[in-house]
Amino acid sequence: MTKGKSFLKANKGFLFILPWLIGFLVFKMYPFASSLFYSFTEYNLFEPGSEFHFTLQNYKDVFINENERNALIVTFKYAFMTVPLKLVFALFIAYILNFKIKGVNFFRTAYYIPSILGGSVAIAVLWKALFKGDGLIHSFFGVFGIDAPNFLSDKHWALFIICLLRVWQFGSAMVIFLAALKGVPQDLYEAASLDGATKTQQFFHVTVPLITPVIFYNLVTQLVQAFQEFNGPYIITQGGPEGSTTLMSLLIYNNAFHTWEMGKASAQAWVLFIILMALTLVAFWSQKHWVYYADEES
Amino acid sequence: MTNNSLTIEQAQAKIKRRRIISVTVRYIVLIVVGIIMLYPLIWMVGATFKTNAEIFTTLNPIPKNPTLQGYKDAMESYGGNINIWKALLNTYSYVIPEVVFTVISSVLTAYGFARFKFKGHDFLFTCMMAMLFLPQVVLNVPQYIMFNKFGWVGSKLYLPLIVPTLFATETYFIFMLIQFLRNIPKEMEEAAAIDGCNSFTTLIKVIVPMLMPAIVSCALFKFMWSSNDFMGPLLYVNTPAKYPATIFVKLSMDADTGFNWNRVLAISLISILPNICVFFAAQNQFVEGISAGGVKG
Repeated sequence: MTKGKSFLKANKGFLFILPWLIGFLVFKMYPFASSLFYSFTEYNLFEPGSEFHFTLQNYKDVFINENERNALIVTFKYAFMTVPLKLVFALFIAYILNFKIKGVNFFRTAYYIPSILGGSVAIAVLWKALFKGDGLIHSFFGVFGIDAPNFLSDKHWALFIICLLRVWQFGSAMVIFLAALKGVPQDLYEAASLDGATKTQQFFHVTVPLITPVIFYNLVTQLVQAFQEFNGPYIITQGGPEGSTTLMSLLIYNNAFHTWEMGKASAQAWVLFIILMALTLVAFWSQKHWVYYADEES
Repeated sequence: MTNNSLTIEQAQAKIKRRRIISVTVRYIVLIVVGIIMLYPLIWMVGATFKTNAEIFTTLNPIPKNPTLQGYKDAMESYGGNINIWKALLNTYSYVIPEVVFTVISSVLTAYGFARFKFKGHDFLFTCMMAMLFLPQVVLNVPQYIMFNKFGWVGSKLYLPLIVPTLFATETYFIFMLIQFLRNIPKEMEEAAAIDGCNSFTTLIKVIVPMLMPAIVSCALFKFMWSSNDFMGPLLYVNTPAKYPATIFVKLSMDADTGFNWNRVLAISLISILPNICVFFAAQNQFVEGISAGGVKG
């Protein structure tokens, strides 16, 4: 008892982080570890004992089974369309806003609103109203006499429409870019323009190198988000048509909560997790080749 | 060639003309993109006042024959003892506790990590930061299995949604608060200690007031994220009377697709109205919060 008391006296900070530590162990580490365990079993929630039937089939299936392979490919396609489009848009608009523009706050707010509301179900519903077969965008093309495809039931279009929902929400990345652009010292631009650099040259040789830490931050967070996308495809297309919008997260959800195949879903989640980790590590490792941290030099 | 023969006035006029053109181009880009960004939302508001016959026939967001039918229908229940108002009430009955608990537990954790040395400090700090990279998608299945064992699935008190927030599970906020705490000088706390404050009263009387801007940002973001959360309630709420707004909106879309879009859009709009109000009341905090998290201090 006294030993415990003196420990706490010397380690007061421990008391403050205790709630976090409990949460870390109970709500993060235990599920994390148990998920790895389940991923090697045939666990079905409604078959007692099945969590002790060990198998490697779950992992093999991810690469052999056509549906699962398809989901992996779709997830990559989705992420590699959404993230670059979103970041380029965000940086481009932030760059323009960074000139002394009147009403900068108004524009910033206008661009930011979709990001703050975009995650909601209501906006996914709106997206469906816009892009469904006889929806608003269809009438828009009709005005010009173009017979637009039925975007959501055409397998060549559906995924792109889901991407657009996220690209439309480039506002939060833009706000981060804008804050970084404001931090670029003005005299660097003056020096560059004295040397005869055009605005485009200044952008690529002064602005971009100086904000690489923020580009890096946005890249990693957006990638992590994109690989876990669920709401858009679940609400707008239910993964269809022909599985063209069945992202991994959707497949995991269906396996776990429709057919209750917890083992299978866990393995799929782990494959997704390992891919994400690998991508994050590659990004971190590549940092030294393209990310410039000001404090390293001084 | 002609450049050589330009007079100074001509050169200045040329520069001026160029500047005017580039400024105009910038505004045109900003306005066009702005319209593309906001048009869907404006159209949505207009559509809720249109008749179902009109909704998809015109791009004009202003209704020709304004009607409140969409809103009247939106008030009606789909059966199952739930309507949009009740659903909103359900949403905030777990969102508010989530916000309060997240803020309290995150501040305690950030204070503990930023201001104290204790055994295992560095190791635990690394664990905490690593959680930033642990995607929720791996945790959904095992958490569900665990909450199912606890008997919490379908809990009338939304236990699986609320209880984890008591234990600082939103790592991003801890990280944000620690960044903020690092910029607060320690002298104030030392002075408070001399005045006889213990570490807890120092936290309440000195740290919390200075952290307020960051705390407000955390609370606002948590409010938005929780009220938009779809996966959580989808997994853990299974009685219609307890459905939150996100689930209710999804169900109303499934029930009405094809014939009653003004009702569906009216329900959707009502469901995000509180968030829109909160955003406009506190937009600067949102912008500052997101910039503070992203830009390394």
